[in-house]
Amino acid sequence: MHIVEPQEQNKNPVVRKLREWDAQAVAEVLEFRGETTVVVPREHLRRASEYLVAEPSLRFSFLSDITTVDRFPIEPRFEVNYHLLSLDRRERVRLKVRVAGSDPTVPSVTSVWPTANWHERENFDLFGIRFEGHPNLRRILMPDDWEGHPLRKDYPVEGYR
Amino acid sequence: MVLNMGPQHPSTHGVLRVVLELDGERVVKAEPVIGYLHTGIEKTCERLTYSQAITLTDRIDYLAPLSNNLGYCLAVEKLLGIEAPKRAQYIRVMLTELTRISSHLVWVGTHAIDLGAMSVFLYTFREREEIQKIFEFISGQRMMTSYFRVGGLALEPPPGYLDQVRRFVDTFPARLDEYEDLLTQNRIWLGRTKGVGVFSAADAIALGASGPMLRGSGVAYDVRKAFPYSSYDEFDFEIQTQTAGDCFARYQVRVAEMRESLKIILQAVGKIPSEGPFKAEAPGIIAPSREEMKTSIEGLIYHFKIYTEGFAPPPGEVYQAIESPRGELGVFVASDGSNKPYRVKFRAPSFINLQTLPKLCEGRLIADVVACIGTTDIVLGEVDR
Repeated sequence: MHIVEPQEQNKNPVVRKLREWDAQAVAEVLEFRGETTVVVPREHLRRASEYLVAEPSLRFSFLSDITTVDRFPIEPRFEVNYHLLSLDRRERVRLKVRVAGSDPTVPSVTSVWPTANWHERENFDLFGIRFEGHPNLRRILMPDDWEGHPLRKDYPVEGYR
Repeated sequence: MVLNMGPQHPSTHGVLRVVLELDGERVVKAEPVIGYLHTGIEKTCERLTYSQAITLTDRIDYLAPLSNNLGYCLAVEKLLGIEAPKRAQYIRVMLTELTRISSHLVWVGTHAIDLGAMSVFLYTFREREEIQKIFEFISGQRMMTSYFRVGGLALEPPPGYLDQVRRFVDTFPARLDEYEDLLTQNRIWLGRTKGVGVFSAADAIALGASGPMLRGSGVAYDVRKAFPYSSYDEFDFEIQTQTAGDCFARYQVRVAEMRESLKIILQAVGKIPSEGPFKAEAPGIIAPSREEMKTSIEGLIYHFKIYTEGFAPPPGEVYQAIESPRGELGVFVASDGSNKPYRVKFRAPSFINLQTLPKLCEGRLIADVVACIGTTDIVLGEVDR
């Protein structure tokens, strides 16, 4: 996975558009196996999402997936990945938000993509990421009284005994 | 009144619980409650090697195991930067299309039985059995085949397998007409599905619905066409759509998809070369052939290494989507450079499609809830993973 140098980044139209709109919204661009990942600072996530959906030349109207990777013990520990898809332009892009283990909160994007509702609940359930502004942030796969977040790396595969 | 539908209700296809808030017989609010079948497959994958994890993927969507195999194998292949040889790709296409037919057959049968048409179920399971026999003949397993491996196939397919597929393709169109005779003009069937569970294209996109759920609302999005994988761009087929967005439209889409799948299978049967490699050539990643293992020292070393510690892809993350019978199945694999996947995530189409249930059935009668659950074609193993 290699970091794309700033002068190279503008070759990708999605990254160029995002930069032109607000240079602060793009912290880093990663390229791997033909997939583009844009690292977005947490405070810009919702604005950037709204822009990516609304901009007529981008139209990322379909949110495929939200998934977290726990890089424990490296900090910032969590990487929340958003897989966006533009249905009419047949293009994908991944947004990545890095958050620290001490404060795993990310703004909710349910207002942008209603489908994010269950995705965010799943990430809350299994990783303990808190999505601010989510209408119903409850566990979804694990029982309501479960302790801990099973997909975290410091959670044993066999569970706590 | 609040009514608990499930988790043991027969029409929920597994262990789905729907909390229904009712006003008389009318549904005011419906809330799916899931997780009863959560088995932590994604967590378990993290401590298995890349190849070992394949066996778990079969068990996610147990009605379409080969689609899951394919999604996962393609993702790992992308991570490694290798590609299966053409022969393996065509066989993969043929088998996943057979899987699509078999999954849709279970769907037609169970959906019909939910809505009171008993006989269709008996017929569709007869045909599904034929497909299972083909799978057993090729891979040695009826359901959990794990036949696709990273870089190709598990085994050389046995001689005569294409004749079996041809025999099925010859008889199936007439059988499909039989189901249509039973259902498509059936007044009870029309009454139970037409105008039931309607949702618009905009709603479908906003809620992330995919597969027949999306195409039934008029959006022509199919991963096989939009992002072709496994040589799908070499096959000639149409994306089936309907604009009504109701349960009947989704029924029409699925039946038409079975006919398209047959077209693809026929083309694949013609394309598959009778000889050639069935797995990629990549020393240290793909196990050498049996003969090479027995005759060369490098082959023996690689054989031993690959089956004990596996292989280590470079660090990175990939997202690979395929069109499973239920919609966009996305597999996200993150590697940290070791021999085990650091994180595997399955974007399960059933999980997302189930989220549309309240939209489909709120404001309608309880009986329609059954139709709406059926039409989303969920597999609880995939919803809960």
